[in-house]
Amino acid sequence: MPNGAEPALRVDGLKTVFRTRGGAVHAVNSVSFDLYPGELLGVVGESGSGKSVTMMSLIGLLPQPPAEIRAGEVMFEGVNLRTCSPEHLRKVRGPGIGFIFQDPMTSLNPVFTVGYQLREPLIKHMGLNKKQAHARAKELLELVGIPDAERRLKDYPHQFSGGMRQRVMIAIALTCDPKVLIADEPTTALDVTIQAQILELVKDLRQKLGMAIVWITHDLGVIAGIADRIMVMYGGQIVEQGPVKEVFRAPAHPYTQALLRTVPSVRGDRAPKLSVIEGQPPILTAAPAACSFRDRCPKAFDLCHSQNPPRFEAGPGHDAACFWNSAADSPRAAPLILTEHDHA
Amino acid sequence: MFTYTLRRLLIAIPTLLIISLIIFLLLEAAPGDPLGDVPLTVPPEVKAKMREALGLNSAWWVRYLLWLKQFFWVEPVHLWDYTFGTHFGDGMQRVISFQSRQPVMAIIAERMPQTLMVVGLAYIVGVLIALPIGIISAYKQYSWFDNIGTFIAMLGFSVPTFFTGVVLIIVFAVKLQWFPSVYDTMLEVTDWSSFWQQIRQMVMPVTVLALYNAAQISRFMRASMLDNLGQDYVRTARAKGLTENVVVLIHVLRNSMIPVITVIALGVPTIFGGAIITEQVFKVNGLGQQLILSIYANDLPMVMTLTFIFAILIVLFNLVADLLYGILDPRIRYD
Ligand SMILES: Nc1ncnc2c1ncn2[C@@H]1O[C@H](COP(=O)(O)OP(=O)(O)OP(=O)(O)O)[C@@H](O)[C@H]1O
Ligand SMILES: [Mg+2]
Repeated sequence: MPNGAEPALRVDGLKTVFRTRGGAVHAVNSVSFDLYPGELLGVVGESGSGKSVTMMSLIGLLPQPPAEIRAGEVMFEGVNLRTCSPEHLRKVRGPGIGFIFQDPMTSLNPVFTVGYQLREPLIKHMGLNKKQAHARAKELLELVGIPDAERRLKDYPHQFSGGMRQRVMIAIALTCDPKVLIADEPTTALDVTIQAQILELVKDLRQKLGMAIVWITHDLGVIAGIADRIMVMYGGQIVEQGPVKEVFRAPAHPYTQALLRTVPSVRGDRAPKLSVIEGQPPILTAAPAACSFRDRCPKAFDLCHSQNPPRFEAGPGHDAACFWNSAADSPRAAPLILTEHDHA
Repeated sequence: MFTYTLRRLLIAIPTLLIISLIIFLLLEAAPGDPLGDVPLTVPPEVKAKMREALGLNSAWWVRYLLWLKQFFWVEPVHLWDYTFGTHFGDGMQRVISFQSRQPVMAIIAERMPQTLMVVGLAYIVGVLIALPIGIISAYKQYSWFDNIGTFIAMLGFSVPTFFTGVVLIIVFAVKLQWFPSVYDTMLEVTDWSSFWQQIRQMVMPVTVLALYNAAQISRFMRASMLDNLGQDYVRTARAKGLTENVVVLIHVLRNSMIPVITVIALGVPTIFGGAIITEQVFKVNGLGQQLILSIYANDLPMVMTLTFIFAILIVLFNLVADLLYGILDPRIRYD
């Protein structure tokens, strides 16, 4: 973690808007975060909170149009990926930043064998010949726990089950030993034992290769188990961010608090009953001018309706975008100083 | 795959028999008399004799069965004889044209090259220009290229070939005198100058038909590319750091070609059908023109045989299209 090291990836003020027939959708609103080498950053947030769109915006994987990245900087190895040349971006994709996509059923090309799809980046980026690439592809399949790898390389995606395809996706993302791995709900289609295997594998790789990992999931249990830091997203913004232990012990944002209450026993103690978060997710037709959680928030007060809260420090390396000071259980004392992120 | 093909071919037999019967009955029911063109001065007894000679007096089903026998047995035997110099078929009655009193198959064989050369070439040219246009139009959707492509495709679609044909004739043959307006079928290619002449006379009919074919196929190609460009696997390919060329021309195109190749295969029989109208306009003596002439003359054996050959080709290329689909798409299994 921080320790004064250079971040492997630095995202600053990222804004992504979709232009649709029904108007604009502000999917990502000034998102900023750092990712350090060897760190595992868990990202949580309800469906539609902009987790996938944020990550895809980083390496320009959203089709433009309809997507439009309006602002922000994505610094990777000293280059801003938002403004760099397409060639440079292509060199980063794969060996620099690997991506595991959310939907394994449709993310593989149906007419090429799995072996072909694994060999492609190896030949392109790692300078391997076909035979070497084949050997490496086999290794990778074995690595993600697909039995009979040699034979399965000749199979087409439809011959794999959903869980198997997800593992193939993971293998593809790992082909070029990326420095940063972005995993978008990579284990949702897997059963618990496989999920545990994959988690072990990822921990292992992180140690061996010093890979930095962004792990998007809905499973707070997984986050508790493997993540160093957690980032909570809501309405296309980061509402809370900090070391996992810190955030789980003392969540500072009412949304995080509610989120943790919906899980039975992440913190070890048994919750009396499961709760749901009342209300609807925000509608993203305009950039937020007030707190996007205000309508569902038990602590909301007048300020929350007129200003979008900036991120306030809530502990060491821990911040939350909320005008309510949870530690003191009172509104934050005036004058409120906005952080730089909020002006973007 | 083999058993599937075999099964399909077996199913094709009853299908084709039923089709042949329907064609026969339709022609039977059509008004018109094969002897209608015989001059009035010919006395009725002679006419009756001619009728007898053409076999028109027997019941329709006798004539139908006779045709079946001739088409499926006598003609193949003759083809065998012709190819291997044997004489098994001597004395067997072939399918004879009422109009020219020649074997129908001989006429077809004589006219086939013209049709294949003009209409077939037009099809190939059409496909070759349609594919890149479709690919670029989809990749650059709503660009000026796509808009022009759409406009030309609409023209090709909606303006009938007899109109474009006549326009071309007026502009390039009559006004500019670049190309001959009438296709000279007697022309034999023996040297460079006659070859050049052949090319020149093919330019206009090929252009008219190619435009028409390209309009349709480029639209298919575009739609299929658009379908696939939005798929998740395209994003995966990009996330692997592949160049746009590889993403589009390998990953997307390979998927997009599946339905397009099917459509192209299904269109092949129309080549043999000859572009009836275009052949008329440019006086190309191909199969399409022959069909029109035979219909005018109530030449039942000719019309029946030509129509049935088209039917066979259509059934056959349907099978070819299905098999190609199975070969191109690994998700499809025939067994
Ligand atoms: N192509 C698109 N056009 C318009 N809006 C889009 C598009 N893609 C995503 N969005 C919108 O962007 C917002 C964020 O979507 P995103 O996929 O990032 O959510 P998510 O947090 O990944 O959710 P989930 O947990 O379900 O994967 C949503 O409101 C979604 O409707
Ligand atoms: Mg998502």
